[in-house]
Amino acid sequence: MGRLRLPSPFTLYYWLVAAILFLPIILLIIFSFNSSIQLVFPLKGFTLKWYQQLFKSTELLEAVRTSILLGFGSSLVATILGAMGAIAMVRFDFPGKSLFVSMAAMPLVIPYVILGVSLLIMFHQVGLPLSAFSAGLAHVVVSVPYALLVIGSRLVGFPQNLEEAAMDLGCTYWEALLRVTLPISFPALVAAFLICFTISFDEFAIASFLVGTQPTLPVYLYSQLRFPTRLPLVVSMASILMTASMIAIVLSEWLRRLGETPHRRAKP
Amino acid sequence: MENRSRAAYLVGPPALYLLLLFVLPLGIMAVFSFRVGTIGEASRHFTLDNYIEFFQNTSYHRLLWRSGLIAFTISAVSVLLAYPLAYFLVFIAGERRVTLMTLIIIPTWTSYLLRIFAWKLILGSQGLLNSLLLWLGVIEKASPILLYSRAAVVITLIYVWVPFVALPIFASLERIDRNLLEAAADLGCKPLEAFLRVTLPLSLPGVIAGFMFALIPTLGEFVTPLLVGGGQGSMYGNLIQDQFVRALNWPMGSVMSLAMLILVLLLIFVFLRAGTSTRLLEF
Repeated sequence: MGRLRLPSPFTLYYWLVAAILFLPIILLIIFSFNSSIQLVFPLKGFTLKWYQQLFKSTELLEAVRTSILLGFGSSLVATILGAMGAIAMVRFDFPGKSLFVSMAAMPLVIPYVILGVSLLIMFHQVGLPLSAFSAGLAHVVVSVPYALLVIGSRLVGFPQNLEEAAMDLGCTYWEALLRVTLPISFPALVAAFLICFTISFDEFAIASFLVGTQPTLPVYLYSQLRFPTRLPLVVSMASILMTASMIAIVLSEWLRRLGETPHRRAKP
Repeated sequence: MENRSRAAYLVGPPALYLLLLFVLPLGIMAVFSFRVGTIGEASRHFTLDNYIEFFQNTSYHRLLWRSGLIAFTISAVSVLLAYPLAYFLVFIAGERRVTLMTLIIIPTWTSYLLRIFAWKLILGSQGLLNSLLLWLGVIEKASPILLYSRAAVVITLIYVWVPFVALPIFASLERIDRNLLEAAADLGCKPLEAFLRVTLPLSLPGVIAGFMFALIPTLGEFVTPLLVGGGQGSMYGNLIQDQFVRALNWPMGSVMSLAMLILVLLLIFVFLRAGTSTRLLEF
């Protein structure tokens, strides 16, 4: 009992992989405090100037604003569409159901470059000018499958007769949805929204074809990666955003679990 | 009947949205692939020239083949690296497994571009790897050993995919009934034998799903080759991007995209046929 127990090779392997996964991120954060413009070793000295300059770079802030608005809009639409689709899929049988499910799952498995260029052609053909809005339309497409998944698995978890009970008590079906289903699946709705938001916020491949002259943050970042002098600023911005998105993810995971636990084993 | 109209109201808007902004653009692209590859009046005509060019020019096939190989390598190595990770989480980590799984997912939710860019810092001539090797005395002069090469693309993308590949393997291992393993042991299986004959076969759906998760986006990848690949590391996705951004030969780009789309659909078909994990959206 008192013997020193060596960790299993699997444990060591896990922590090694975890360390490697975090390494590039830690590296970026370290560089955001480095006073040299060049991102090379050895480090020069500690500085906060990049963070101070951050708030004076109007282009960068504009790109962040664009990304937030685009992320907010596309996630809202994706969550609403995802919720409608999920309710239909979980609660009803309807003709063409499997067709709908395959169509909704497809964006998950098609390379983004193809989605990007096909929308580019279509927008060009119908004369829709390229902007953050057109990129947002595309982000809804890639977000809907995730929203469906998250909201659907929540709906499976609670029994349908709650809706029926509400209807017995005099609600119409739509009132029951609004007053019973919606509140119960609220944690899943928020989780879906956050997941969609992070997808849109980080999406580069599609946006690079569609944003026109309104760069989102990833598109702006990419344009700056060519200019060495602009890099530290970009890296410090990224450090802030990484921290923010980690918080968002942990929060959404927490909400998702919160929503899932009570009826986890209930039959659909 | 009431139910049917309710379902129609609910499914209508998302279905319509996806038809208009997902299916329709792919259809328009298919039509566009028969257009003449010039701008102006002539571009109104239809032709098979793009297809003829695509099938005759072997450099396209070579690049497609090479990208396929790169993507297969990346996915296979990612599975090999992710499997022990998932195995550890499910069978050894115990109560902490969800927390530890979340821990390795966290880095993937940070900016994709910057994670790739960070690898430039690691692999570059004054980067982490070089400084380390210099310090150890393995090399005498700093050089971008791995940067701007196919190897850099492979390393970086394996880094990107390992956590995503671990997820479905984790899920499939979790679903295995522990009683089966006990039964195998009772019947005289050694641990390794039990793994090979019970655990591994039962986790194959997760392995295949993880493999596809990595394979398909990697086939279309163009960002990572742009950042760390250099000339030698460029992939088929770069060729497509080039046609739309620089060469402005959209019809030719459409042919290339369609070729990739068909390839991907074939892969998915094979994957569904393999009889595993038959639904992508599983409830």
